[in-house]
Amino acid sequence: MRDNKPPKMTAGHVNVFYGDNQAISDVSIDIPQDEVTAFIGPSGCGKSTFLRTLNRMNDTVASARVTGEIRLDGADIYAREMDVVQLRARVGMVFQKPNPFPKTIYENVAYGPRIHGLAKGRAGLDRIVEESLVRAGLWNEVKDRLGDSGTALSGGQQQRLCIARAIAVDPEVILMDEPCSALDPVATARIEELIHELRGRYSIVIVTHNMQQAARVSQKTAFFHLGQLIEYGDTSDIFTNPREERTKDYITGRYG
Amino acid sequence: MSDAPPRTPTDWSGELMQRRIARRYRAERRFRLLGLAAIALSAAFLIFLLGSMLTRGLGGFTETRIALPIDLKAAKLAVDPAHLKGRGADLALTGAGLEDAVDTAANAAWPAQGGSALLADGAWLRVREAVKADPTLLNGRATFDLPAATAIDIAYKGKGAAEDEATVAALGAQLSRGFNRDFLTGADSTDPTRVGIWGALKGSLMTMFVTIALAFPIGVLAALYLEEYAPHNRWTDLIEVSINNLAAVPSIIFGLLGLAVFLGTFGLPRSAAIVGGLTLALMTMPVIVIAGRNAIRAVPPSIRDAALGVGASPVQVVFHHVLPLALPGILTGTIIGVARALGETAPLLMIGMRAFIAAPPEKLTDPATVLPVQVFLWSDEVNRGFVEKTSAAIVVLLVLLLAMNGLAIYLRNKFETRW
Repeated sequence: MRDNKPPKMTAGHVNVFYGDNQAISDVSIDIPQDEVTAFIGPSGCGKSTFLRTLNRMNDTVASARVTGEIRLDGADIYAREMDVVQLRARVGMVFQKPNPFPKTIYENVAYGPRIHGLAKGRAGLDRIVEESLVRAGLWNEVKDRLGDSGTALSGGQQQRLCIARAIAVDPEVILMDEPCSALDPVATARIEELIHELRGRYSIVIVTHNMQQAARVSQKTAFFHLGQLIEYGDTSDIFTNPREERTKDYITGRYG
Repeated sequence: MSDAPPRTPTDWSGELMQRRIARRYRAERRFRLLGLAAIALSAAFLIFLLGSMLTRGLGGFTETRIALPIDLKAAKLAVDPAHLKGRGADLALTGAGLEDAVDTAANAAWPAQGGSALLADGAWLRVREAVKADPTLLNGRATFDLPAATAIDIAYKGKGAAEDEATVAALGAQLSRGFNRDFLTGADSTDPTRVGIWGALKGSLMTMFVTIALAFPIGVLAALYLEEYAPHNRWTDLIEVSINNLAAVPSIIFGLLGLAVFLGTFGLPRSAAIVGGLTLALMTMPVIVIAGRNAIRAVPPSIRDAALGVGASPVQVVFHHVLPLALPGILTGTIIGVARALGETAPLLMIGMRAFIAAPPEKLTDPATVLPVQVFLWSDEVNRGFVEKTSAAIVVLLVLLLAMNGLAIYLRNKFETRW
């Protein structure tokens, strides 16, 4: 069933440096279309750094330097003619800590479509906001108080609001950087359900510390260690039959 | 393991411990009392300052009036009633000899006390205003309450020389006190009963306008650029150090700079509100940049990430998110800087704003003075009538400062984000 679609994103021999420090060395990976890819690995192994190179969020770090090539639908995203703003609209991001804008719930979701001119008139914007909130599973909880501040929601609701905000600009890829690490188990389950529902429509890359979570939500898993990609393959293979000793040690809790 | 003897169990209820606890409580009490004493001392100074300013200054807002009966019909003023309407009225009444008529009436009313010398310099102008408002006054006898001369004013308020006190006693019920409207609408004068604060107040407001119009946008843009765009290298470090140093430069040096650059090089008019505003803007800008940078730095980076993550451009991140969130802090810093500039005297003396300005400025290039300089000038006057005028001017200055601080608090609360 898989492998008949071309990969959504491809990375070839990517190195990332922070000043003299090499955070990622020689990582090559294909992100499949419309599936969930999980990055696992111990803290400081570079998985978040690598995630942030996929939509060039590392550009904001002055000392960061990226070599190698990363392609989105075959186009080099670090090429001179690539527009970063448009790239980030196509490759959305959800962060570790829920970070809604200190504005109303409506404004939080409407902001992206508005700056990219995606909606036609007030009615069109209303529709995008409703659709995004419905798809993020938040609509029923907030439909009567869209004018309330986004920061007044609970942590889990805030994170779903951030997901709604990300999907409101209709991205092709959604990067999630440990989206559940600040949430309780109930809210985490809710987000995982949501990832299941979003799959098939968006390519999702999720960084997680929680191996059960990786096993539950992803179809592909990549194991990072000390800035290197140790093993990458189908999630079922990685968790039941890892090729590498280090992967096996990590997923069985020997270290990390 | 080391072979040290095992620790003896701590005796939490022993005498040593009790003493330590008592000592801790004493230190706590002492600290609290010291803090309370500091607050009480500051409050006492504040109350003393405000109290003494108000008790002395409020007299400056009132004037002593003498009731003078004038028979304008008998004075036979040759005024065509048709001229009493509109713009020619002042000229018509002045030409008809109204001033002489008032003097004559005063000399007749109080021959022993000095006659027209009891009246303030421009007292007859009040009669003119009254006649303009009601031309029928020309056809009969009427009593006018006219402002008294400085000496009488001081004596009536209880601080005059012995002979003036005697005059006041002789005049008795003819004297009264009233609110001095001219003080709020006039400008500087040589006669303390006729001085007004409006000229200096207007000069201050115009100067502040120039200062804010220049320093706020430039300061905020500089702060935004330094925080959001500039690379962090040796040059920006140098700029940061320079800005911090500029904020600490004595204000008179900015005055010298203004004198050399704005007056000397650009040839702008001396003593004008625009030059004062430019000079104070130079002084205020570093304060705004520093306050702005701190406020911008306090905006959580996660908000920038969030905005960049949905594809906002750097300019959109700044103007949609960072600036609105930093605005309360920027505004507070701005108003503190502007309030400091409002109270500045020294740099304005250097650019010639200490001149005697008898008319409120109309344009930014007109000769003007500002409140603190006016206070300084009046405090230097020999005439005793200026004492309470000085205090009254200080009251006006303090009210303006309080109003600005109130505005700062209002704006901060209005724009503050609740997380």
